Amino acid sequence: MTIEEANIREEVLLICGCDVTRCMKCGKCSASCPAYDEFDIKPHQFASYIARGDMYELMQSKTIWNCLGCFACVERCPRDVRPGKLIDGVRQAAVRRRGGTHLQPEDIPSRIDPDTPQQLLMSVLRRERK
Amino acid sequence: MQRIGVFVCHCGSNIAATVDVAAVAEAAKSQPGVVFATDYTYMCSENGQNLIADSIKEYGLTAVVVCSCSPRMHEATFRKVADKAGLNPYMVEIANIREQCSWVHKDTEIGTPKAISLMKTAVAKVNLNTPLQEGESKVTKRALIIGGGIAGIQTALDIADAGYKVDIVEKTPSIGGRMSQLDKTFPTLDCSSCILTPKMTEVAQHENITLYTYSEVESVSGYVGDFTVEIRRKARYVHEDICTGCGLCMTKCPSKKAKNEFNRGLNTRTAIYTPFAQAIPNVPVIDTEACIHFRTGKCGICAKNCAVQAIDYEQKDEIITEKYGAIVVATGFDLIDLKPFGEYAYNLSPDVVSSLELERILNAAGPTSGHLQRMSDHRQPKEMVFIQCVGSRCEDDRRGKPYCSKICCMYTAKQAMLIKDHYPDVNIHVFYIDVRTPGKAFDEFYRRAVEDYGVDYIKGQVGKVTPQADGTLLVHGVDMLDQKVVEINADMVVLAAAVEPNPDIRKLATMLTLSIDNNNFLNEAHPKLRPVEAATAGVFMSGVVQGPRDIPETVAQAGAAAIKVVGLLAKDKLKTNPCVAQSDELYCNGCSVCQNVCPYGAISYTEKEVRDHGVRDTRRIAQVNPALCKGCGACSVACPSGAMNLKGFSNRQIMAEVDTVLCQ
Repeated sequence: MTIEEANIREEVLLICGCDVTRCMKCGKCSASCPAYDEFDIKPHQFASYIARGDMYELMQSKTIWNCLGCFACVERCPRDVRPGKLIDGVRQAAVRRRGGTHLQPEDIPSRIDPDTPQQLLMSVLRRERK
Repeated sequence: MQRIGVFVCHCGSNIAATVDVAAVAEAAKSQPGVVFATDYTYMCSENGQNLIADSIKEYGLTAVVVCSCSPRMHEATFRKVADKAGLNPYMVEIANIREQCSWVHKDTEIGTPKAISLMKTAVAKVNLNTPLQEGESKVTKRALIIGGGIAGIQTALDIADAGYKVDIVEKTPSIGGRMSQLDKTFPTLDCSSCILTPKMTEVAQHENITLYTYSEVESVSGYVGDFTVEIRRKARYVHEDICTGCGLCMTKCPSKKAKNEFNRGLNTRTAIYTPFAQAIPNVPVIDTEACIHFRTGKCGICAKNCAVQAIDYEQKDEIITEKYGAIVVATGFDLIDLKPFGEYAYNLSPDVVSSLELERILNAAGPTSGHLQRMSDHRQPKEMVFIQCVGSRCEDDRRGKPYCSKICCMYTAKQAMLIKDHYPDVNIHVFYIDVRTPGKAFDEFYRRAVEDYGVDYIKGQVGKVTPQADGTLLVHGVDMLDQKVVEINADMVVLAAAVEPNPDIRKLATMLTLSIDNNNFLNEAHPKLRPVEAATAGVFMSGVVQGPRDIPETVAQAGAAAIKVVGLLAKDKLKTNPCVAQSDELYCNGCSVCQNVCPYGAISYTEKEVRDHGVRDTRRIAQVNPALCKGCGACSVACPSGAMNLKGFSNRQIMAEVDTVLCQ
């Protein structure tokens, strides 16, 4: 883990407020995930990746862009680790490092694909409202 | 003025590493009343004890201060030394310079002054100590067991075999408990009731055992050796002494729709019933909520058919009062409520069952006569899924428990093998987080399920169980080792639900002043060295009421509790603690505050004639029953006029300690 990765990890843990050491690797998050097959790094792996500090790998993963934010994993996690929040935190950290990609509310309507599920829009609003 | 000796212990390096013990002994020499002070490596060793005893004689000591470990550790040791050397044992004070000083500080700069300060307070207190005499109390040679499961049965048998009288109070109509509901037991696959019923019969026939089934403990008073317990014998509406147990009433009863608790609600029973065929006593009870006679005043078919007129609709609850020397709590466990686990569809489908329900389904005396079938359409399942850790190891306290329930891994392997044995064509999948099998022949047992019976173990918790239109259950999970989604169309899903202590324990703990942990398990007096004793003297524990455990462990613990009870009942007299409260009748203003705060009911008020400065006066004053007082000190703190004093911890002694700390 590089110093930069350690900093990112601290930032991610601040954003999500989760305790990754509580994870007991039961896999209920992955089993609850509707987008499991779209993920390269699976929800249950996030806690150990963050504990190890492999932050670059997480930030380059497909997972953080494919997570629907349905929060089924957050709801069902028996250890209160809330993997959905972890994924969310890593995504936030990645976005902050890109710069200039902030989406303005007025830009949203023109960008919406008519096939976009409503749940996705709702969860985007829910997780971006910070 | 006392002649005080101060003895400072090194405890090897435990104290000496962070406290300059010689400096403490030196400082003690200038304290008021101190005539001798020294330090030694191990004060609790035989040499250390001799040092104290010899000094008492040589210097004519009237009081002793030992600066060492916690009084919980060695106060009794040093009191015995004083007693042998001819000094009243209550003239010994301990200054705790280990747990409260050397262990919590890292260097001598802080440790030494604090140890000196602790020594000074102990010297100040011991200056005001007075010799106290231990009293004696009698021992009632009878034990009470609360709970008639395997834990209670085994404890009762062991005590009764040692020659003491035992009463068992059981809430339900029959003894037997959870074990009577099980089909087979792991890892030997003995038939559960085949090994339990002989013990139940032995209990019923033992001359030293009295059974109070369908009864509950109403109140407890008294203390170790002399408890007084009120037991409510709930009305059975059937006379136990007349009923022959022929069972005709049960066959004739027209009300057949009451939920069968023994079969976990999987089928129904009649309003007049015994929980199961081998019930002890074999005397039915009437469930008044289901009985037509109690609801409408009509029917009465059971009474008409009873050849010996044992049925009595007018029977009332009866309270009996009995004295006991010791009490064993063995109230056992139940499974947690599975309704909050919506993702497992327990509420939505009758084919999602708890492990204890499956146990009843597999049992020949169960709702399906032992045939494995779905509760919805009575079809034999082909695909079965077991989900482990449902509610166990769960930090969400609204629905789960943080601990491992310990028995689930083994009984799941057992159930899987029993099913595979009878129905080799059934496919069984077990979703697990960890398989925990510590115990004799336990891991071999689990491996047998995998290797010999082909049970499919999948690492990963199930995410969701969805009932399908065709009656199957879609189980969605992930194999964490293959990183692949697993979807199974199961016919039946079994949830290994967490165990929890019987909820009645909260009420009992209040009655017996027992301490319980966050999960309602009883706390032991010491988790390692006094594992079957409660902190309240004379109360013991046995079985799952203390923590999750299996049958052999429960039986072993039952024996341990029994020997502790026998050890207590074998004594004719018990020494009582002389550090009890005392009321000064001249100071007492009769306000009753002490009576209200006393948790043990040890204080009463009487009208008494007193002489105050030569004036005769009749006053209402507090009196302490030293047999009931536990010396907690609540009254002495609450008393507004300073009339209440705790012997050995008087207000003057406490204030002397405080003054010493503040005036340095």
